Amino acid sequence: MKTLRIEDLTVEIAGKRVLGGVNLEVPEGETHVLLGPNGSGKTSLITSILGFPSCHILSGKIRFNGTDITTMPTDERVKLGIGVAFQNPPQIRGVKLGDVLRHLTRRKFDEVKLAGTTNIPVDFFGRDLNLGFSGGELKRTEILQLLAQRPDFAIFDEPDSGVDVENLEVIGKAINEFLKNRSGLLITHLGHILRYLKVDKAHVMFYGTIACSGKPTNIINRIMKKGYKWCERCPKVKRLH
Amino acid sequence: MPKGKKTTLNAIEKPAAFGPDLDLGAFKRETSPWPPCTISTLPEDIVQRALSVGISTEEKERAGTYFQIDHSAILQTIRKTFSGKAEIMTTGEALKKYRWAKEYWWKIVAADTDKFTALAKLKWDQGYFIRVLEGQKITIPLQACLFISKDNFNQNVHNLIIAEPNSEAQIITGCTVHPNVQSGLHVGISEFYVKKNAKLTFTMIHNWAQNFNVRPRTAALVDDDATFVSNYMCMKPVKSLQMYPVAYCKGANSRVRFNTILHGNQNSHLDVGSKVVLQGKGSRGEIITRAIASDNAQINARGLLVGEHEDSKAHLECRGLLLSDEAFIHAIPELVGKVKGTELSHEAAVGKIAEEQIQYLMARGFSETEAESLIIRGFMDTSIFGLPDVLKKDTERMIDATFGGAL
Repeated sequence: MKTLRIEDLTVEIAGKRVLGGVNLEVPEGETHVLLGPNGSGKTSLITSILGFPSCHILSGKIRFNGTDITTMPTDERVKLGIGVAFQNPPQIRGVKLGDVLRHLTRRKFDEVKLAGTTNIPVDFFGRDLNLGFSGGELKRTEILQLLAQRPDFAIFDEPDSGVDVENLEVIGKAINEFLKNRSGLLITHLGHILRYLKVDKAHVMFYGTIACSGKPTNIINRIMKKGYKWCERCPKVKRLH
Repeated sequence: MPKGKKTTLNAIEKPAAFGPDLDLGAFKRETSPWPPCTISTLPEDIVQRALSVGISTEEKERAGTYFQIDHSAILQTIRKTFSGKAEIMTTGEALKKYRWAKEYWWKIVAADTDKFTALAKLKWDQGYFIRVLEGQKITIPLQACLFISKDNFNQNVHNLIIAEPNSEAQIITGCTVHPNVQSGLHVGISEFYVKKNAKLTFTMIHNWAQNFNVRPRTAALVDDDATFVSNYMCMKPVKSLQMYPVAYCKGANSRVRFNTILHGNQNSHLDVGSKVVLQGKGSRGEIITRAIASDNAQINARGLLVGEHEDSKAHLECRGLLLSDEAFIHAIPELVGKVKGTELSHEAAVGKIAEEQIQYLMARGFSETEAESLIIRGFMDTSIFGLPDVLKKDTERMIDATFGGAL
């Protein structure tokens, strides 16, 4: 069962509580969207799922396909089938995008075809990782790496921010196609990408926890129209505050 | 006594401007001579060490070879295809053969600079003379190996390299010691003259021993439209290494580039820099340094750009990576503009591997060790140096031998 299940997760980063009692389940084959204002804990949730050492888990469990991965090193979680397209990937001088892609695919691959899926010029494969990439190029190469990795469970952290309209469509369609036979969690602040994606459920984060979950169309439309101010008036959120 | 000799004698007590001071009396000078022979007839342990510093034993891979062990020049050959295009001999022979050679001898390196230059003048043990004749393009590298076979020994070579007008060549110099050698002192004076429209790429690779001391003293004079590229690599332990080669961009449109790769490990003390003096109209300089410090290594990575012509430009880039809390890197980039119009710039960065980078690569499925290895290997990415293919392969092989493995 390719399921991600988070139970009552409380996490501290650098002595600050960033997540408090998060419960989230993404069943096999479903794609969920995670919404929430800046600083609500969306990215902290992802780094906790990946098990970055900076995330100190105070309580709770993370299970993937039934295995407790709460204390597992990042690379082992990735080998189990979790993949993330990051929002702000670091620059790494001298390490080429192609090096990482070859490692992820572990075989020969059609560079031109792969590059085409997210509209990335093939010469990017010889470039230093994320060095001098524009905002849109960063997103597209992140997604490209995820497509190469082919994880069972794919997490996309704000794939739509800083991407122009033409590329938004390219990315949106690529992600949608990719998630057809997979499970995924999509984080978006502005929701632009949702025009191209089919999602099964939406969750809204506030103050380090999931304040509400429900049908994506209802939640997304409201937030898109009225912004997170609408959520702030919600009794569930008020109670958290 | 001539004045020159006297000032040299006085300098024998003079400590160098940088690096730890050494007692010259602590090293032995006596040794028995080595008979002339070919590389293939040398003992296997010597050949292995020579290979480790980029020396090829395959005759077809090199245009010519100079090999010196201790005080003895055992081999000086030019391949038939290149005879009449380039010359290799000891500097002693060259000074005898060519009266004009003294016009290049001790002209851009001063014998009274410090005790090491004085030592090289007073106790001179040959060294190589390489001359690329006018208009000749030597398509495969010339090579020179300076080797020390005895423990606690002092070798003082003085090399003279002349690239005549419109010539082009690559020289690989490997300096190393016998596996039984632990301590000693190598002093190497090198004077380079790159004449009009000539191009010379000089690559020096060092592989010393834990208690060994090294003091190269190098200068290059670069004429109109000429290019001098100096590549330096030291990846293995040494007790102390101090050098600060200088290139004078004297000619109009002269070009100089220094590429340096250092790996300080164990208790190595490396004080290594490069200087470029821009004197000609349109002259350009570039210094690129990558330094990794592990264990208890101390590295001073210096760089100096001097702009003396209003139409001149140079850039200095130094990056240091610390792999241990006991190691130390001090990047000292200096810019001296003497006229308006000269454009000098530098960037320097020293730090350890960013945790964020390791986590990111682990999120791509690399193990922690693989991620570190990939980052270090990337830090030592030599593609930015623009090395000729034959050198690129050699340097990458050496870097892989030191830092590869995990991949």
